[in-house]
Amino acid sequence: MDATAAAAEQQKISYERNCEQKYNYDVVRWFAVMAVVYLVVGALVGVWIASQLAWPVFNFDSPYLSFGRLRPVHTNAVIFAFGGSVLMAAAFYSVQRTCGVRLWSDKLAWFTFWGWNLIIVLAVITLPLGMTQGKEYAELEWPIDILIAVVWLSYFFNFMMTLANRKTSHIYVSNWFFLGMMVMITYLHVVNSLAIPVSLFKSYSIFSGVQDAMIQWWWGHNAVGFYLTAGFLGIMYYFVPKQACRPIYSYRLSVIHFWALMFGYVWLGAHHLQYTALPDWTGSLGAAISLAMIIPSWGGAVNGMMTLSGAWDKLRDDYILRFLIMSLAFYAMATFEGPVMSLKTVNALSHYTDWTVGHVHSGALGWVAMVGMGAIYHMIEKTFHIRMASQALMNAHFWAATIGAVIYIVAMWVSGIMQGLMWRAYDEYGTLAYTFAESVEAMHPFYVMRVVGGAIFLFGAVLMLINVALTVRKAMREGTLQQARTAVACA
Amino acid sequence: MSNERPEVKPKSFQERMEINVWALVIMLAIVLSIGGIVEIVPLFVMDKTMEHNQAPEILWQRKEGQTLANWRPGDGIRPYTALELAGREIYIKEGCYTCHSQMIRPFRDEKERYGHYSLASESMYDHPFQWGSKRTGPDLARVGGKYSDEWHRRHLRAPRSVVPESIMPNYPWLKDNLLTMDIERRMRAMQTLGVPYIDADIVGAQAQIENKTEEDALVAYMQVLGTMAHLDESKVYRE
Repeated sequence: MDATAAAAEQQKISYERNCEQKYNYDVVRWFAVMAVVYLVVGALVGVWIASQLAWPVFNFDSPYLSFGRLRPVHTNAVIFAFGGSVLMAAAFYSVQRTCGVRLWSDKLAWFTFWGWNLIIVLAVITLPLGMTQGKEYAELEWPIDILIAVVWLSYFFNFMMTLANRKTSHIYVSNWFFLGMMVMITYLHVVNSLAIPVSLFKSYSIFSGVQDAMIQWWWGHNAVGFYLTAGFLGIMYYFVPKQACRPIYSYRLSVIHFWALMFGYVWLGAHHLQYTALPDWTGSLGAAISLAMIIPSWGGAVNGMMTLSGAWDKLRDDYILRFLIMSLAFYAMATFEGPVMSLKTVNALSHYTDWTVGHVHSGALGWVAMVGMGAIYHMIEKTFHIRMASQALMNAHFWAATIGAVIYIVAMWVSGIMQGLMWRAYDEYGTLAYTFAESVEAMHPFYVMRVVGGAIFLFGAVLMLINVALTVRKAMREGTLQQARTAVACA
Repeated sequence: MSNERPEVKPKSFQERMEINVWALVIMLAIVLSIGGIVEIVPLFVMDKTMEHNQAPEILWQRKEGQTLANWRPGDGIRPYTALELAGREIYIKEGCYTCHSQMIRPFRDEKERYGHYSLASESMYDHPFQWGSKRTGPDLARVGGKYSDEWHRRHLRAPRSVVPESIMPNYPWLKDNLLTMDIERRMRAMQTLGVPYIDADIVGAQAQIENKTEEDALVAYMQVLGTMAHLDESKVYRE
């Protein structure tokens, strides 16, 4: 290393130490570490319930461990525990750095942290006990729903006030996406959870039948569209340029991506109800806008990937960047597949089958988890002021996550399409060719394949947890965090 | 703090959004509300959404002095009895909706496999709806009357004893658990939400579920699914 490079390196270290003292990194560190813990837990429950579908004996004849009660534990753990912790860590981290100011309130940030974790604990207790509202991805009962609303608003308010306090002239693009998510999730959660309680842990939705279905899928698709897409795009817009040390490819594309996504995604829920008792106009409207959403989605994916133009060689040895770029490839694939599945003819086949499950997981494992894991690695390095303890483990994690996700998705494509075709197949006499039970039997090899794919993905997540634990321990031993906290600031 | 921020004169709408967080939040609140309003609000006000507005005979036309006990299969869509409502609660509690749909689509194969396509009016008293999104197991919208009570009991306790290919969990505890819920309170809540229970349906409802098991209730619920209305094959209920 020559003298100028050494000086630049020194300057970078002192800049990061300065950030440590200026910003609230404590809450970021806690959210980031908890996100990794919840990733392992959520994926573990996922592999378990996948095993129940391959081998029903894994239900153990126990009410608390049966598929119907554990499936919401899996979805809540991965979406709200893992996804939520990543979103909160990343939003709190990047808003401070892009605004040049500390969080508006440290106390409120800690309230968000403890409140969110309390919600997760309550979910893990109540769901296996069978306390549920019976609406997908919104199972938690009314007292917990109220708590979610309060904690979510604390997150929203702190973020917004930090933006209001900023020292920079303009609000950076990642923050637009986070803000859009915060507004929309507030709408969705409040409206979809409207219910009248009949006891402490039982309530009835105030909506019924077709209206309830539309409201539920307005929520359901936008939990995907805003929580898992807009929020994670906020992550993408901050962490991809930072990790690549390149500005985002196109400002203009970000503006289009943002407003088109905000306006359009809201309409998509109706495509979950094609050919049901929902009026035709609603489903068709949802499908038409779903198709149009390919444009902004691909614009966003291109915007992220092209940020690397001229720096593709970095992928050779920067494993964090690999996670981020691979996530964009999955994002592009899933946002193409989604509109295709919303077409009426395709939907007639794919609806109710495992293809939907596969589609969800190409988004969840490939996009959300990958970009989230890349962001966590980045934040762990920055906030503990140290490199990840093992680059080899990080690389192994990358390949396990990628291969696991691909096996999972392929298994569900095959089983889903096969299921759809078997259900509608006729024999030469014009009667149904297969009984339902025959279609169930035919799924078995693919359900086993899914367990294998999921287990490989889980193995990668465990490697991440080990690596993060080693890194935190190393940071403690070498005192890097302590040095950053106490070093004399030189702005 | 904010006075350290450089002053900018916005040159475009977009730039105004980027320098004023309040404007951005308000703009987002407006833009994000449009899709939901357009798709949801009409479902509450447009008559055509619910088939019984054109075909009133699919609803049970309750006569003066009749209670739920006077209803006969095919008389029309009605609120659930105490035992059926308790069964529906078990259905939700056990997460049956994670694997079973209750929504038959208007396709030839679904008609042959499950029966007449589902109508919106058929789930109008369902708080929450249970259409489901996945058929790991078959659709249940019209399962009522297809199997005997005894078959259902054996199937719930050990599904593979009657369907060898099944991957459904065993539910042996349902036969052992007595119903403990306050069903009258639940029916009152439904009444508040607009389900047309009359007081005579509710008074004494608790006695109807006394000494009944969760299995009894779940079977009663499944046996009524899809049997309420008599649908005319030659009639187009939905365009």
